[in-house]
Amino acid sequence: MVKENAKTLLEINNLQIRFGGIKAVDGLSLSVKEGEIVTLIGSNGAGKSTTMKAISGMVKPFAGEIIFGSDNITGQAPNVIVSKGITMVPEGRRVFPNLTVLENLKIGAYLRYDNLTNDIDYVYSLFPRLRERSWQLAGTLSGGEQQMLAVGRALMAKPKLIMMDEPSLGLAPIVVAEIFEIIKEINRQGITVVLNEQNANMALKIGDRGYVFETGRISMSGKCSDLANDPKVQEAYLGKSK
Amino acid sequence: MESILAYLLAGISYGGQLALIAIGYTMVYGILRLINFAHSDVFMVAGLFVIYLQTAVGFYVAIPAAIILTVVLAFSIEKLAYKPLRSAPRMSVMISAIGVSYLIQNVAMYITGGLPKVYPDIPLFTESVEIFGASTKRVTLLTPVLVIVLVVALVLLINKTKIGMAMRASSVDFETARLMGIKINNVISMTFIIGAVLAAIGSMLYFSNYNSISPTSGAMPGLKAFVAAVFGGIGSIPGAVVGAFIIGICENLLKMVGLTEFSDAFTFALLIFILVVKPTGLFGEKQYDKV
Ligand SMILES: Nc1ncnc2c1ncn2[C@@H]1O[C@H](COP(=O)(O)OP(=O)(O)O)[C@@H](O)[C@H]1O
Ligand SMILES: [Mg+2]
Repeated sequence: MVKENAKTLLEINNLQIRFGGIKAVDGLSLSVKEGEIVTLIGSNGAGKSTTMKAISGMVKPFAGEIIFGSDNITGQAPNVIVSKGITMVPEGRRVFPNLTVLENLKIGAYLRYDNLTNDIDYVYSLFPRLRERSWQLAGTLSGGEQQMLAVGRALMAKPKLIMMDEPSLGLAPIVVAEIFEIIKEINRQGITVVLNEQNANMALKIGDRGYVFETGRISMSGKCSDLANDPKVQEAYLGKSK
Repeated sequence: MESILAYLLAGISYGGQLALIAIGYTMVYGILRLINFAHSDVFMVAGLFVIYLQTAVGFYVAIPAAIILTVVLAFSIEKLAYKPLRSAPRMSVMISAIGVSYLIQNVAMYITGGLPKVYPDIPLFTESVEIFGASTKRVTLLTPVLVIVLVVALVLLINKTKIGMAMRASSVDFETARLMGIKINNVISMTFIIGAVLAAIGSMLYFSNYNSISPTSGAMPGLKAFVAAVFGGIGSIPGAVVGAFIIGICENLLKMVGLTEFSDAFTFALLIFILVVKPTGLFGEKQYDKV
């Protein structure tokens, strides 16, 4: 839900990330306003995941800056970034298989010292199936349930911004639809969302604005509705021929 | 009959001492996938700390001080010899651990002058008591109780506290644990600290049965404890404890039937047997590939 005069929440200027000689991200700039759902699309290896990892502090940028609110968070440790209000749902869900569902939620709130009861209840109200499996080890959940748990876990830190890396990967369409409904619901609660989504069709439907990644740079950006109607995007990412 | 019970009790006690060492091996392996070869030497040094401190300041100060110094030693080893190699291949860290092990033994050799140092009688442990018609040191009775108390406390720490949850999470996935805001280095330090406290206590119990310590005195109990950890399923704390008790009891029963010279061979044969039959050990069913 974007307000008329929404402020910029996240701003990336001229970000560069290198792995040895590979320029995974090469002079990339983008911005995210409070309350938006911003989608990142682009082919495999274009640098979307790497950009998200830089925002969350998991990889150190080679150059450029990442500003969150009024703080420069470039190159900060992940615990600092989580405490500022950015969490991530990593690619492949990465729930802790040897922890229970409830513990996976609690560990999402690792840096918090206040009472978690209400927040756990909130996550369980979003995903009733998780409540039933509260005491089960996360490794025994289905892929869809693990994805729900990964989203719930990311909510537990009470983030201002939540990033999701390919949340629909490998899931049945009905489960994907359910997760996208939840993404909208989370956003209605005022949380800003950055979504990296392979399924560009869905991504452009749910998002307010989008960025198209190409070899470590932004090749196009704009309102999702405009991008969806752009012939180049349609041909390259939406599987429509001219 | 009385003598069986006496041997059994001695075995349980010896097994408990091995368990306190084995927990350190298994926890460090669980989090770093590292066999910490220096652990047995830390165990030996804990004994030397008691010897030197006891003459200087007496038991009441020496015992807690030796535990603290052992923690400082293990903590420093991790920071200086393992942490800089965090992203290096696992083999490099293992080699570093072997290097630390020899370094400690050599330094101990230098400081002790290569002569066995007499281990003091800690009255609480070494006073003689009568049990099942046989006389034994009080440490034989105290060890099982102390081991159970410590293991229960450790299991509670790991299963019920926040740092314990962080340790369990980090043992399967460092990267995602960091993403939760967990400081991995603190979790690793904590693991080494727990291992060192238990090894230091184990050292006091173990050496109370011996007259002296030399720089290689840690090697045999360390090796036995390592076998116990592998036997129980390396990475598993209950596994290490059960494995250590089984080895301790079996070795002493062999001694009872007059096969003393085969008791070491038995333990290593057990190691080979379990590696062939069930490589993951007794309790090591589920191995999560560490990412
Ligand atoms: N840890 C890494 N080491 C080396 N190269 C990497 C690493 N992570 C990503 N890359 C490379 O960076 C580029 C961008 O990858 P990524 O951000 O995963 O793309 P996307 O998420 O858009 O598919 C790719 O060429 C990839 O091979
Ligand atoms: Mg990716």
